[in-house]
Amino acid sequence: MSNRVAIIGVGMCKFGELWDKSLVDITLEAGMYSIFDSGVRGADIDGLVIGNMSAGRFTGQEHLGAQAADIGGLGDMPAYSVEAACASGGAAVRHAYMAIKSGEHDVMLVLGAEKMSDVNQTEAMNTISVASDWEWEGMFGATFPALYAFMARRHMKEYGTTEEQLAMPTVKNHANAAHNEWAQFQRAVPIEVVMKSGLLADPLRVLHSAPITDGAAGLVMCREDLAKKYTDTPVFIESSEQSGDTLALHDRQSITTMNAVVNSTRSALKEANLELKDIDVFELHDSFSIGEIILTEDVGIAKKGEGGKVIEEGITQIGGKFPVNTSGGLKARGHPIGATGVAQIVELALQLRGDAEKRQVDGAEKGLAVNIGGTGATSIAHILGR
Amino acid sequence: MAEHGVAQIWRRIKSIYNIQGNKCETCETHFFPPRPVCPTCRRKGKLVDYQFKGLGSIYSFAVVRQAPDDFKRQMPYVIAQVELDEGTRLTTQIVNVDPENVEIGMRVRACFRKIKEFGQSGVIMYGYKFEPTMKVTGHEV
Repeated sequence: MSNRVAIIGVGMCKFGELWDKSLVDITLEAGMYSIFDSGVRGADIDGLVIGNMSAGRFTGQEHLGAQAADIGGLGDMPAYSVEAACASGGAAVRHAYMAIKSGEHDVMLVLGAEKMSDVNQTEAMNTISVASDWEWEGMFGATFPALYAFMARRHMKEYGTTEEQLAMPTVKNHANAAHNEWAQFQRAVPIEVVMKSGLLADPLRVLHSAPITDGAAGLVMCREDLAKKYTDTPVFIESSEQSGDTLALHDRQSITTMNAVVNSTRSALKEANLELKDIDVFELHDSFSIGEIILTEDVGIAKKGEGGKVIEEGITQIGGKFPVNTSGGLKARGHPIGATGVAQIVELALQLRGDAEKRQVDGAEKGLAVNIGGTGATSIAHILGR
Repeated sequence: MAEHGVAQIWRRIKSIYNIQGNKCETCETHFFPPRPVCPTCRRKGKLVDYQFKGLGSIYSFAVVRQAPDDFKRQMPYVIAQVELDEGTRLTTQIVNVDPENVEIGMRVRACFRKIKEFGQSGVIMYGYKFEPTMKVTGHEV
């Protein structure tokens, strides 16, 4: 008997700066949406896991697992909260995958949430910085954009990546988000505007960077043999793999490649018995545009150093051979840290179900999501199939 | 309870004032900051304190133009990964040079500076920043 893990429901709240909504409001919205989408009843769910990076600093609240179960009226159930910086969402999906695969749980609600706009800029910047090595990077003045700027500058020097190429992931992802009603920025942005936007940390600009976002996303996952009871369009997790690297960027031999991404992606393809050419749609962690360029190389879409060229050639746009970030990615869908990894899986599930509307990749059968934490100290890869 | 920042800085003073790290005598690798375990040799490793010379070259850098309050007065400032001559890298500010004159490969040496304050009445953190090497200091430019 096959014992794959199925995704039978997906949901999100609209991402954005949601001043009128609390962390609880958006978590509930995403959770309810995914439960209704799945057709399960609350009583069918035997466990909940929520991915969140830093609610304690962003809102003052911790113990989010218990809070989500309580507010959702789900009563007495095991409720887990997991953290892996920007990969917290992917970690939540993987925890549920492992729990169901092991037989400990049958039907689980997976949530990812982050409420980032309740604090001022200093607190937000410092909180994001603790995803890297706070005592040896952040405390010395290295902001999170500065660390990605280190990567961008080396990539430009080692491989001749241009400023135009650095702007292109933003242009592509905004164009995709224009068709995603859940995205924070549902509008196209011309390349000239990206290239003239304010500098955050040279050579990185504001429009190379994912925004501050409030948002939540949810999934209902269950054992394969239970899935048919609830839905005619389940999608399946073909593989879930996680790899790690040094916490500090300065401890890596190369800063233009992320070993954890290379390793987690290779393992995921192997585990699913697939090759890269079998993947129809990708969600790759573009917290900064240089991140998408490096990830297209590290997952194998581009040769090392040719990530800029690949985006220039249109290979990663919808209609291209390897469409990346059809949802708008972190840049344009928005990047509520703990929600991102779950939102990536929501997008892949919609694509495989054929529910992605105007941004649909025709006949998509397999999808790959890569969610990274910090500057690549954690990488979580999921392959979905239908 | 320690005032915000005091204990966190005090217990690291050797490293952040003097760039003291350590070295694994088994595999001859230098570490900064000092590592409690050599990731290559683990229990076969033998870690001893090592005083870095404080010389190196810029591996990559950024000019920070949007920073938290503790660093706002210094903006725009150059933050870099410096590759120390012993072979390990650290993250540090580059001072005594205009941002437009900084480049990858530039030779730099450690200097002692104020890093940040922990709020208005909090402890002041001092430590290493790096500056271009100069002939007058006896270094090759």
